[in-house]
Amino acid sequence: MTVTAPTGAAPELIDPKAARKARARVDRTRHRRRGVSGWVVLIVVAAIAILMIFPFWLALINAFKPAPEYIANGPISVPTSLDFSALIKFWTGIDFNQKLVNSVIISGSVALIAAAISLLSAFAIGIGKIKGRVWVLAVFMLAFTIPQEALVYPLYILTRNLGLYDTKLGVIIILSVLQSAFGTYMLASVLGSFPTEVLEAARIDGASRRQVLWHIVFPLTRPTLGVLVTFFFIWTWNDFFLPLVLLPSSANQTVSVALGALSGQYTSDPTALAAASLAGILPALVFFLIFQRTLMRGVNLGAIK
Amino acid sequence: MTVTAPSARRRSALEPAGGYWGYLIPGALGFAAVVLIPFGMNVYLSLTKYRGVGTPQFIGLDNYVRLFADPTFWTSFLNSIAFIFAMAIVPTAFGVLVAAVLFDYIAPRFGARSSSILRALFYLPQILPIAVAGVLWKWMYQPEYGIINTMLEAVGLGDLAQNWLGDPNFAIYAVMNVLIWLQIGYTVVIFMAGLSRVDPALYEAAELDGAGWFTRFRVITLNQLRPEIAVVVITTSVAALKVFAPIFVLTKGGPGTSTIVPAYFSYYNFFTTTQVGYGAAVATVLALVVTVVAVGLLLFQTRNTEGFEK
Repeated sequence: MTVTAPTGAAPELIDPKAARKARARVDRTRHRRRGVSGWVVLIVVAAIAILMIFPFWLALINAFKPAPEYIANGPISVPTSLDFSALIKFWTGIDFNQKLVNSVIISGSVALIAAAISLLSAFAIGIGKIKGRVWVLAVFMLAFTIPQEALVYPLYILTRNLGLYDTKLGVIIILSVLQSAFGTYMLASVLGSFPTEVLEAARIDGASRRQVLWHIVFPLTRPTLGVLVTFFFIWTWNDFFLPLVLLPSSANQTVSVALGALSGQYTSDPTALAAASLAGILPALVFFLIFQRTLMRGVNLGAIK
Repeated sequence: MTVTAPSARRRSALEPAGGYWGYLIPGALGFAAVVLIPFGMNVYLSLTKYRGVGTPQFIGLDNYVRLFADPTFWTSFLNSIAFIFAMAIVPTAFGVLVAAVLFDYIAPRFGARSSSILRALFYLPQILPIAVAGVLWKWMYQPEYGIINTMLEAVGLGDLAQNWLGDPNFAIYAVMNVLIWLQIGYTVVIFMAGLSRVDPALYEAAELDGAGWFTRFRVITLNQLRPEIAVVVITTSVAALKVFAPIFVLTKGGPGTSTIVPAYFSYYNFFTTTQVGYGAAVATVLALVVTVVAVGLLLFQTRNTEGFEK
């Protein structure tokens, strides 16, 4: 009895869990010591970070600054009164509402269609494990490595012949296909590790391929599809080159193209370009705030394939 | 494969015939119509003289012969190297450093919250459409009233004020600066995500052995982040070779040809001078270069991370 007591107590003394906890406590207090160098590093990093977002701040304050005040006090001063005229002039001048609607229609359609195509292709590759799937994927990869300049003139010819030139539909089809290549690539690897027991159980129950896709694969991959849809939406929103070439008329232009085509105009008015920038920043910022989590998750998903 | 194939076939008796190939039809048709056929047409156009109207006239390799003697073509690829520096090399180097400082220095001392706020600030430029970033910087670079010159004058360095985008000696650096600003957020976020999968015990052990922050950075961080660094360098280098929108918005390749890139050069030939065959030749060469670089970097990466990330 007297012998077992100490041995019983001994393991408790060196209980690994408690020891780890104690060490963690020590670690934490040690780490908490910030020191002068800690603050210096923080200030340097924070200063760089603030420099990074300084242009956003400049766009914000100068978009609302009366032009005479800009000329008198320069770009850094905070406006003494809010002047919406530059923003309104830009907004109505290029009919920015129309551009927003165009961008929403195009980006929304591309996101959904591209995700649907990706799911179908990835189903064949990841679940169906069709023969030569590595080659199929390699060919699809071409779609997102090939520079769009090497496709653009033929696409211009083809869309003109098919009556799809300068239509939203033409751009939607083309961008959906291009983006679905990336989606296929990503989804195929996700579906490749799909739990086989689930699939087998469904097949034993007599589920057809379509039922497996629709009732099992689709619901279970919805989170990944959500990331894809978000990414496709934002990529399309930001896309510049193909919409620039294929949507020349102002009634079909997207936000990105409308802003990119501003060059030269408005430069005589010192606050006009700030207003234009702000108008372009706002929707992007809204998406960022809505999709922040998905985006951060997706960046990681996309990076480590 | 050989084991599962028969059982799969047996099971398929329960399924309607046709296999899985049918599910590839939308993707394959789209790919043929949007990538394969257009690319084939582009290669054909590059062998012709075509002014956008009438019938393309076959001239063999003349466009390519002309291309290799064209100084603008060589300038455009030289500028691409500068943009690889600005979009791939600098952001990768800076991103690793910032990510390591945020993860291994700021977060333990000031909490995960402060490091994730800082990360978000670095990421913010990434959310902008490039066209918007272009407009914003064009406004800041504006020679008469732009912020950069105004600030230089305010601190008494007015002599350094330049027509940033309008001077052939400075335009390329001005564009590179915008690209660095745009790209850093991407690298910081990816590298921080990569660091979060590194076992903290590695850092603790190194610290106990007396390794300073910089030693830990060199020995642990850089080694552990090798897969991420490879992916980032590949994707950003390819993106740098294809860069178009910032050039279009900021300089249109000018002044002169000081900021021209292959993508803009081919666009210019297609739609401004309508030398379609010549533009197609530029685009074909660019496609070839991009593919070679992408495949080369990919092979290099798989050889170097063999058995590490598989």
